[in-house]
Amino acid sequence: MSTEEQSLITTEVQTENTTRADRPDETVLEARSLDVYYGQDQALTDVSIEIPEHKVTAMIGPSGCGKSTFLRSINRMNDQIDACRVDGELSFHGKNVYDEDVDPVALRRKIGQVFQKPNPFPKSIYENVAYGLRVQGTVDDVDLDDAVEQALRGAALWDEVEGKLDSSGLDLSGGQQQRLCIARAIATDPEVILMDEPTSALDPVAASKIEDLIDELVEEYTVVIVTHNMQQAARISDRTAVFLTGGELVEFDDTASIFEDPADDRVEDYITGKFG
Amino acid sequence: MSSETDHDLFADVDLGWEHRKNRIFLGLIFAASMFGVLMLALLLFDVATDFYVGLTEYNINLVDFFTRDGSRREELSGFRGAIVASITLMVLVTFLAFFVGVGSAIYLEEYAPDNRITRLIEANLANLAGVPSIVYGLLGLAAFVNGIGMGPILLAGAIALGLLVMPIIIVSAQEALRAVPDGVRNGSLATGATQWQTIRNVVLPAAMPGIMTGTILALARAIGETAPLIMVGAIFINRMPRGPFDRFSAMPTQIYNWANEPSQHFIHLAATGIVVLLSFLFVMNLIAIYIRHRYETEI
Repeated sequence: MSTEEQSLITTEVQTENTTRADRPDETVLEARSLDVYYGQDQALTDVSIEIPEHKVTAMIGPSGCGKSTFLRSINRMNDQIDACRVDGELSFHGKNVYDEDVDPVALRRKIGQVFQKPNPFPKSIYENVAYGLRVQGTVDDVDLDDAVEQALRGAALWDEVEGKLDSSGLDLSGGQQQRLCIARAIATDPEVILMDEPTSALDPVAASKIEDLIDELVEEYTVVIVTHNMQQAARISDRTAVFLTGGELVEFDDTASIFEDPADDRVEDYITGKFG
Repeated sequence: MSSETDHDLFADVDLGWEHRKNRIFLGLIFAASMFGVLMLALLLFDVATDFYVGLTEYNINLVDFFTRDGSRREELSGFRGAIVASITLMVLVTFLAFFVGVGSAIYLEEYAPDNRITRLIEANLANLAGVPSIVYGLLGLAAFVNGIGMGPILLAGAIALGLLVMPIIIVSAQEALRAVPDGVRNGSLATGATQWQTIRNVVLPAAMPGIMTGTILALARAIGETAPLIMVGAIFINRMPRGPFDRFSAMPTQIYNWANEPSQHFIHLAATGIVVLLSFLFVMNLIAIYIRHRYETEI
């Protein structure tokens, strides 16, 4: 434990003044022989992967390949599903998140999530962003107004909502709602942001705003994004993991390698559109 | 339909009989839906006539009606005691049934695992909602009035009515909670909220209009219930109850009492009482409708 905590501190120092490409890979999330079952059905089979810090890692693959399941395993949102069972190890900074002594609530305070369908609360824009700070009890430590503004700026939404923070989050457009959800996720300053097809419910213009935003977010956060859209994965990610039907992680490499010279034939078939 | 057209493109399609069947069916279902409305209109007309005759021929003074309690002498009889008793009942029933009912609904919807015990509880609740109201009266009589020796007091009536409406409140609260999209629950949990924080801050506020509507409709049911109150002995009491431990007669039991009297004056007092009771019901239904419309666009 103690050595891992030390490495945590050193990586934070290293991230300063380095550009994204030549940053050394520090593994923040690591799965080892991860199996996930929904009742009798196996959704993930023997998945092993190391997700680097401050990079965008994309998960692609056909529907039902387990990429979203993997994402939900990371912050233990799968706990919400009664029939779900997890075997193997999934470590966050070297600590298995499925250990008995890990509180999933504490875990989710370090690993935020943005969902496929924008899901702002039926509250004001301000309260949506302040929500995490309020429930995490850190309201007293920070200037709430300032924190809300910073989060909204971070989500590239501030200019659009500056004058109407008191209006309902549900009155925003779909793309704005999704950026509001991103603001909600980053307001509490997590280390990792999980995104589950964050642009699939949005029009292309709104989607491209989110993509630009992800490019900025990765300066401060580690981003893991599940996407159906291979072009999107190619555009925004540093690493790409390809899952195929049966919940198997077939290939994981630099995005450029995956798209230009995949090692596995099935990956090449998938990327060139022969199936999926 | 069968008129001569310039070309016989659809000549081989004969829909005459099918369209007639449509119209016949439409007529039948329209008549069915009007039946209820007609019956309600008849009932209201009947009550309204008795009410009017009471005001004119029997000189029932509305000010006296609202400021006097029941009496064995018709010209001195009023409805105040019964109204006060009914309102006190409502308040007590709300306290007794709302928190337990909404609590059970939250447990069943938000926490309970999907197993046999949960399904057993839900099936029992559905059955409980269908139990005849007089059975709740018997329960109140056996368990509270006689069982623990409460006597025929207002609190015993409130417990019987509370038990009666609790399943209704639970089921409507469950529906309201189920209508809250899972997306906002997941959004809250993924932001690092505990389950209770999620329920308290996101789910309950979103479900509250539905819960309120269901509760008001359940209370509207309770305020008109007669049988359970008769069973716990809320009858032949004319004075106003002094608190929850006093004997009482509520609006429906007072009306029942008056309607059984041979004197026509009492019959018209009963009609006046029915108008007051119906007004209470309409107001409660209106509040429920208002709440539903006011908040239905929120999510």
